[in-house]
Amino acid sequence: MKLLTANRLSDGEAVWYADGLWVETIAEALIAHDKESAEALEVIGNKALADNLVVDVNLIDIEIIDGSIHPTRLRERIRAAGPTIRNDLGKQARIQQAA
Amino acid sequence: MLGKRSKQTANGTTTMYRYDEFDHEFVNARVAQFGDQVERRMAGEITEDEFRPLRLMNGVYLQLHAYMLRIAIPYGTLHPRQLRMLAHVARTYDKGYGHFTTRQNIQFHWPALSDVPAILADLATVEMHAIQTSGNCIRNVTADHFAGAAADEVADPRPYAEILRQWSSVHPEFSYLPRKFKIAVTGAERDRAAIKTHDIGLHLKKNEQGELGFAVYVGGGLGRTPIVAKKLRDFLPQEHLLSYVTAILRVYNLHGRRDNKYKARIKILVHETGTEELASWVEAEWQALKESELKLPEQDVAAIQSYFAPPALAPRPEGDEVVRLAKLDSRAFGEWLGQNVTTHRNPDYAAVTISLKSIGETPGDMSDSQMEAVADLAERYANDEVRVTHEQNLVLPHVARADLKAVYDGLVEIGLATANAGLISDIIACPGLDYCALANARSIPVAQQIARRFSSLERQRDIGELKLKISGCINACGHHHVGHIGILGVEKKGAELYQITLGGSADENTTVGEIIGRGFGPDEIVDAVETLVEAYLSIRNDPSERFLDVYRRVGPAPFKEVLYGAEARAA
Ligand code: HEM
Ligand code: SF4
Repeated sequence: MKLLTANRLSDGEAVWYADGLWVETIAEALIAHDKESAEALEVIGNKALADNLVVDVNLIDIEIIDGSIHPTRLRERIRAAGPTIRNDLGKQARIQQAA
Repeated sequence: MLGKRSKQTANGTTTMYRYDEFDHEFVNARVAQFGDQVERRMAGEITEDEFRPLRLMNGVYLQLHAYMLRIAIPYGTLHPRQLRMLAHVARTYDKGYGHFTTRQNIQFHWPALSDVPAILADLATVEMHAIQTSGNCIRNVTADHFAGAAADEVADPRPYAEILRQWSSVHPEFSYLPRKFKIAVTGAERDRAAIKTHDIGLHLKKNEQGELGFAVYVGGGLGRTPIVAKKLRDFLPQEHLLSYVTAILRVYNLHGRRDNKYKARIKILVHETGTEELASWVEAEWQALKESELKLPEQDVAAIQSYFAPPALAPRPEGDEVVRLAKLDSRAFGEWLGQNVTTHRNPDYAAVTISLKSIGETPGDMSDSQMEAVADLAERYANDEVRVTHEQNLVLPHVARADLKAVYDGLVEIGLATANAGLISDIIACPGLDYCALANARSIPVAQQIARRFSSLERQRDIGELKLKISGCINACGHHHVGHIGILGVEKKGAELYQITLGGSADENTTVGEIIGRGFGPDEIVDAVETLVEAYLSIRNDPSERFLDVYRRVGPAPFKEVLYGAEARAA
């Protein structure tokens, strides 16, 4: 399974592609379950880069663990949450605030 | 260009860093130009491929969570009002902190691209900028952080660092080198600027006639191919500094490899060419330049030197008595005094190291309010000067011994009085996988766990000087190759793994550490370090024999034995 991720051009915020828009939390991302949908995501990513919406576009591998999205690489897990040494920064901070 | 020191201020003690009109215009024009480039980028008029080199020229990187802005602190010298401005930037545009790096820069890890022009405009008002903090040009010139204060100094290296800075700023011939180029200068026998890990390392010294000149080292570097710089010349008369450095850069610009990024640094050229051959190329270039306009006129050097004139420090002979009484009163103060206070050339004064390595914190990070508090202390007690060290600490270079207790108390209040300078918890760590897009593994949590494991200052002092350095990938921004104990994070089968090197050192006897064996997982690395330290304690002849001395005496075998046991013997 794959997701499309990037950083937003204006502020560098890590974002993921959901249906038709870029979202700030990985939980909302659109999952590509097969090769065709992954390729479709890639096309969307290239277009978003060309349209100057985002930079550093990547297709990443994920698994579903206990019903939530879990990127295979630690790098992507850290992008999705924030620095592991500062829970008050990055996406994880918002989740805390909301809780 | 870019920077002159003003005449003495009213109280007659400090010299202030001041741009002249031309410098202001230049930096402001650059800020405006980049502002325009950012605007066009945001409007989609230029692509990322077009924009990337432009943003890098202005210190803007993209990391995992956001952009990053790297700001130069030339030869590590900061005025309190500049530190206050950094606090303002941290608070207004970032997330309330900054990260001091091994190259006497500060990095902000969360700026919005759209805010960067405003940040640069704010910084320009205190004569700071991000020019040449990235890209294949001559980077921020670094220097001994005790320059102008150290008791063992022959001469202040900063005037020469400043001359190099002015000469290298937007130098048209050297703006597109094969790769980045780093220069460091020291003015003492004891190398506190790691000059032999730089593309050019300069050691300012005197010859028998008492004239100033440089031992010139070339081709040092870390990264994936760590190499200790080779001495090209033992004594280059100081007036030839620019002509000789220009000759080196011309040779590099012409012969350095542009076909392979990993072979493009001058260290590879020196290595592949041989020091003697390279020296002869440089010599040939130099002969043509030696008597050119690059020869430094005495009065120009004197003019720059006068901007760095030693501060007029008032006699404060009561220091000894004040310190003696304060020590009786506070044991913690005495410990801090022993560890973080360095002898000054003026016996009434001292240089104070402010450790940015509080146990369990991120090495090199500092909050906006801490920056402001240190700026206050520098204004009240330290002659308006702050230094940034390549070991990710700060220094107050000129503090009256009589004021040490007040400074200490001020630092205690902001949590920056940890008495660990030079000890095992004074760790250099790069941002690693918590921030950096190139990282393979995290550095900061490893540093934090090691610091916590050795949190007892008594234990740390018993272990003595031990330089532990951690990088999150082979680029080696955390100097792991030259740590007495070095730790390199790698990725293996999707997991973090930490490789240990031993015996590295970045002082006047620079050595590259040797890999000791297979790596350790995140749950094992702290134990492995402790095992090594315990082995050292059991092997050393006496407490004056440091970890590095023991390693140099006994070699890797006993350390392999304790780490890998039978496994090591079988191998
Ligand atoms: C976005 C963050 C960073 C990036 C992309 C980056 C990139 C790199 C790269 C690619 C190299 C290898 C250069 C070569 O061998 O040619 C390198 C080396 C180095 N960097 Fe960084 N770095 C970053 C952050 C830092 C930080 C935070 C520090 C200071 C703590 C730092 C200081 C150094 C030093 C000292 C070296 C090795 C010395 C040498 O140039 O050989 N860098 N960096
Ligand atoms: S050593 Fe690697 S992980 Fe650490 S800052 Fe440099 S590039 Fe990033």
